[in-house]
Amino acid sequence: MPKIHVTTTVNGGETEFLCEAHHTLLSVLRDTLGLTGTKEGCGSGDCGACSVNMNGRVVCACLVLAPEAEGATIETVEGLAGEAGMHPVQRAFIETAALQCGFCTPGFMVAAKDLLARNPDPSETEIRYWLAGNLCRCTGYDKIVRAVQKAAREPGRHART
Amino acid sequence: MKDDSQPADYRWVGKRLDRPDGADKVTGRARFGADIHLPGELVGKCLLSPHPHARILRIDTGKARALPGVKAVVTGADFPVLEDRPTPVADYAFNLWDQARTLMARDKVLFDGHPVAAVAATTEDVAQQALALIEVAYEILPHVTDLEAAMAPDAPLLHETMITTGVAPGPAAPSNIVARTMLERGNIDAGFEAADIVVEREFRSKPVHQGYIEPHACIASVAEDGRAELWTCTQGPWIDRAFCAGILGWEMSDLKVVATEIGGGFGGKLTVYDEPIALRLSQLTRKPVRMVMTRSEVLRRTGPTSGSLYRVRLGAKSDGTLVAADCEMILETGAFPGSPLGTARAIAFTHLDIPNLRLSSAEVVSNRPSVQAYRAPGGPITCYAQESVMDEMAEKLGISPFALIRKNAVREGTVSLAGFPLENLGLAQVLDAAEALEHLKTPLGPTQGRGIATSYWKNGGGQTSVSAILNEDGTVNVGIGTPDIGGLRASVSMMVAETMGVPYDKVTTTIADTSQLGFNSFTAGSRTAYAVGLAVVGASKDLIAQVCERAAKMWDLPPEAVDYADGMLRPAGPNAGAHDPVPLATIAAGFAKSGGPIMGKFTTDGPGAGPNFATHIADVEVDPETGGVTVLRYSIVVDVGRAIHPDYVEGQNQGGAAQGIGWALNEEYVYGADGRLQNTGFLDYRMPVAPDLPMIGCTLVEVPNPNHPFGVRGVGEVSIVPSVAAVANAVKDATGLRFFEIPMSPPRVLARIAGARAAKDPSLKPAFR
Ligand code: FES
Ligand code: FES
Repeated sequence: MPKIHVTTTVNGGETEFLCEAHHTLLSVLRDTLGLTGTKEGCGSGDCGACSVNMNGRVVCACLVLAPEAEGATIETVEGLAGEAGMHPVQRAFIETAALQCGFCTPGFMVAAKDLLARNPDPSETEIRYWLAGNLCRCTGYDKIVRAVQKAAREPGRHART
Repeated sequence: MKDDSQPADYRWVGKRLDRPDGADKVTGRARFGADIHLPGELVGKCLLSPHPHARILRIDTGKARALPGVKAVVTGADFPVLEDRPTPVADYAFNLWDQARTLMARDKVLFDGHPVAAVAATTEDVAQQALALIEVAYEILPHVTDLEAAMAPDAPLLHETMITTGVAPGPAAPSNIVARTMLERGNIDAGFEAADIVVEREFRSKPVHQGYIEPHACIASVAEDGRAELWTCTQGPWIDRAFCAGILGWEMSDLKVVATEIGGGFGGKLTVYDEPIALRLSQLTRKPVRMVMTRSEVLRRTGPTSGSLYRVRLGAKSDGTLVAADCEMILETGAFPGSPLGTARAIAFTHLDIPNLRLSSAEVVSNRPSVQAYRAPGGPITCYAQESVMDEMAEKLGISPFALIRKNAVREGTVSLAGFPLENLGLAQVLDAAEALEHLKTPLGPTQGRGIATSYWKNGGGQTSVSAILNEDGTVNVGIGTPDIGGLRASVSMMVAETMGVPYDKVTTTIADTSQLGFNSFTAGSRTAYAVGLAVVGASKDLIAQVCERAAKMWDLPPEAVDYADGMLRPAGPNAGAHDPVPLATIAAGFAKSGGPIMGKFTTDGPGAGPNFATHIADVEVDPETGGVTVLRYSIVVDVGRAIHPDYVEGQNQGGAAQGIGWALNEEYVYGADGRLQNTGFLDYRMPVAPDLPMIGCTLVEVPNPNHPFGVRGVGEVSIVPSVAAVANAVKDATGLRFFEIPMSPPRVLARIAGARAAKDPSLKPAFR
């Protein structure tokens, strides 16, 4: 089967890859581009471990077909930290112990960063509903909510991607 | 050398420090099971049975083998036939033949999703096509997936020669009942005769899955000379090695198992599934073989924990003295024996002093996947039955659940009926702290209720070996053999830093592979902070003894004339002041001239783990229209001995409670009449999400365990034990109706309320009438 050539921007850099029509963005990120920070927990859009930001929206990379990434701007967990070091969301996750096994963490952070970009001062309920698409089996969500609250208190770092 | 006593104020222990693997885990750098790739790797995939019970007549792999890109196909026939008996592995005994047949069927498939063959191919797509080309001829057999139906005399038999053990005389005919056990103290009949009030109830629960978000994943690489490496997301690389070597008939030194980062386990990653298959495929193809399960495979093939039927009878005098308890526990075990009866039995009524107590149990096979350990195996369902009956008894007596426990609390220094010593208990302190919570004063609305449950967990120790290296610059590398699932590296580094008197950030803790340390038991059984803590403190002291020797040599003093504290060595006693103090780093740097590299070790069988207790308090609201139950408030009070890293201790408890809330309200395996699992994804196997839960209060009570240098008890498991019962008691308090079956999912709650309304049940609370 002839492969499809895709040009996209991943974490600020222009990236090209070849894929087949039925391949997912998640499999390309993880297996073709070696960006294994984005996780697969279900492959069916139910756990959010594969959350990435695509064109300014959080999507489940397991539900995006790889050819749909043509011309898109994608940010994964590997793109959260910048020249100034870790993003406040990343620091807050470490400082509030919002991860236990850490498998859900990349997806939560991608979603949380997007939330704070849209709503810099979310209520607990807003945080919980924004993160409703992300499953964590380890923490009971308490410290994850606290991490997002803590990151929200960090000034000036929530510019929209 | 200074004596062992620890300062009362710790420098590192008890602080909320950043975990050393935090940066890796928030940047995507941490490598989990499916993140490991090797050059030239093949993709391995299993073909799963669509039938719950069938004889395999023939497997034709010819067409699959002929597909370009397919490098190997294996079936059960490609693995050795093993003896059907328990094989000792450290202090465990595993039936490797049962395990071998769980991961690849022989002769019969015993559950929907039972693997019958596996392929290794160049790509995932080719592997999938190859699976579709494998032809399996089945003779379909009658199946049974229901616990009580499986016990019926005419039930289809999974194992035609299985005779129930533990009963005398043994039955003549085979059945699905694996074993029965009975423990008794006092005289149960006399006890109930003396009771003024008796509560007798039955409780049912369904199997639930551990629900770790990371599916099982491994990659195996076998060299031409037969030596092999295996990377896998496991809770116990040494146990995996024992399983794989045993199932394949290999020598242990030929197999190196490397534990990757692990995305949750909760007991579900204590065993092997694809690992021996990947090793066999790699052996045949001489290429690395990577196998990653899908979520539906995880749900169909792995876990879950047992469904259950409990019959509980509790007798009390009218003054609240408990005089007799009788608890029968019948647990599903899936296709092969291995249910958590031992641990279920160990907790039943253990926090209470009841003179006449009988604990009987039975284990039943059915056409479901073999059960695996799930956090406090058997604990939550035992506690659900026990604490529901205790709640009802307290109500009948007109006293609070706290008063009922206090009146009957187990006494210090006794031994439980299951044989566990009950010493240095923190039960009274837990009850004190729980009763003092503001939570209990919060008013409740007409559709709201509050539930309280208390339970015991025995906690584990177990086989552990560790290393500690003093580097040339005075920093320390610690090697442990227990995967870090929730902050273990942090707590180990903290305990080493505290013992060595060096800064936390000068200690690096690494998870070693099976070729680098002696045997290590799992990260499980609430044993790691305890037993690994014992070991790393021991290894730190070994290092201290060695640096004291080096300094003594330098100063020409006997080693005991050297004092070590806070990273400094000083001449002690009569020699005090004879030489200037020397920092640890100086001794470290001078190793080459003082006797060679400085490396410590410690091995232990981990004795003296301390039992603990937890009380959970749940407030719920029940929607009369939908039957939906919302948890409004939740508080945990738990005796942890000593919290090394309080954040992660709280996190364990909050996570355990969240799992229990899911178990109580939503989670269950649903099988169709066709014997197939119907909810094979997270959409239908619905675990709690963030909006389902409130903040979870956690009060850590610290009654130190004297057997641990810092006083640690386990924390991982007690966290889930009272949770289901607390929620069930809260739903009872809200509605007036006690639920004898979990999950209390909306349809079940609604039907129960409707039934009570129709029957004009006076116990139904007004808001639901
Ligand atoms: S892997 Fe995409 S949502 Fe679970
Ligand atoms: S930290 Fe383990 S799943 Fe969230």
